[in-house]
Amino acid sequence: MNWGEFFAMKGYGLYVWGSFGVALLIFIVEIALVRHRRAIALQQLRLLRDAGEEE
Amino acid sequence: MVPWFAWLSAVLFAVGLYISFFVAPMDAQQSEAYRIMFIHVPASILSMFIYLIMAGYAALGLIFNTRLSSMMASALAPTGALFAFLSLWTGALWGKPMWGAWWVWDARLTSELILLFLYLGFIALHASIDDPRRADRAAALLAIVGSVNVPIIYFSVKWWNTLHQGSTIKFTGTSMHVAMQQGMYTMLLACWLYAIAVTLTRVRSIILERERNAQWVLELSEAK
Repeated sequence: MNWGEFFAMKGYGLYVWGSFGVALLIFIVEIALVRHRRAIALQQLRLLRDAGEEE
Repeated sequence: MVPWFAWLSAVLFAVGLYISFFVAPMDAQQSEAYRIMFIHVPASILSMFIYLIMAGYAALGLIFNTRLSSMMASALAPTGALFAFLSLWTGALWGKPMWGAWWVWDARLTSELILLFLYLGFIALHASIDDPRRADRAAALLAIVGSVNVPIIYFSVKWWNTLHQGSTIKFTGTSMHVAMQQGMYTMLLACWLYAIAVTLTRVRSIILERERNAQWVLELSEAK
């Protein structure tokens, strides 16, 4: 079996790769979002503490 | 603990995809299109399980007034919604070549769509109330009432004549090829670990956001 045949999936390529591709996209986006949210939360804590120290 | 779940999940995804595409044989009736199963079935199972766990945590938060349980419920909702969406999306891409339609108003598909709306409703309701404790209680009620939908999804293929096929994996055994089973269980486990890693990371952010006035949070070494 060569790669062309593999990606064609006997004519079902669009459906099979459409499924797995969107799954991969969702996972990547979700991972980026939770990492971003954590970075923001930590940054806000730093700002809050620095503001507290100045008083 | 998050990196452990994340790396184990990545390894299992790699193994699961390898089995799904290179080891598992072609299906006699559905040709190569059946390979969508390896992502469709785990996504569907998780969308239902995550909902039950979310409703369980929400109920704990409502009954015992524990803040962390409610935060866990909020952290689970987006991941559950994504798995519900993925289940419907991959289902549509599987339905088109096999049934000839992207969507039919079949009992199982409709109840899974309702599950997605329950997740979105939970997130929207929680976001619409300013006081987080009141938001927790309101959203918990929605989650608990909505949990009646999960058994409806699960048993829909038995209760009604649906276009969606019945379960192939039964408690009494299965007719599925062993490599197909291995691929599916590996993918299921990978998705589980992924959901745990993402949810734990999200709940840590929620804790920091909601407890930011507590002294212990400001003393965390990560925040320095």
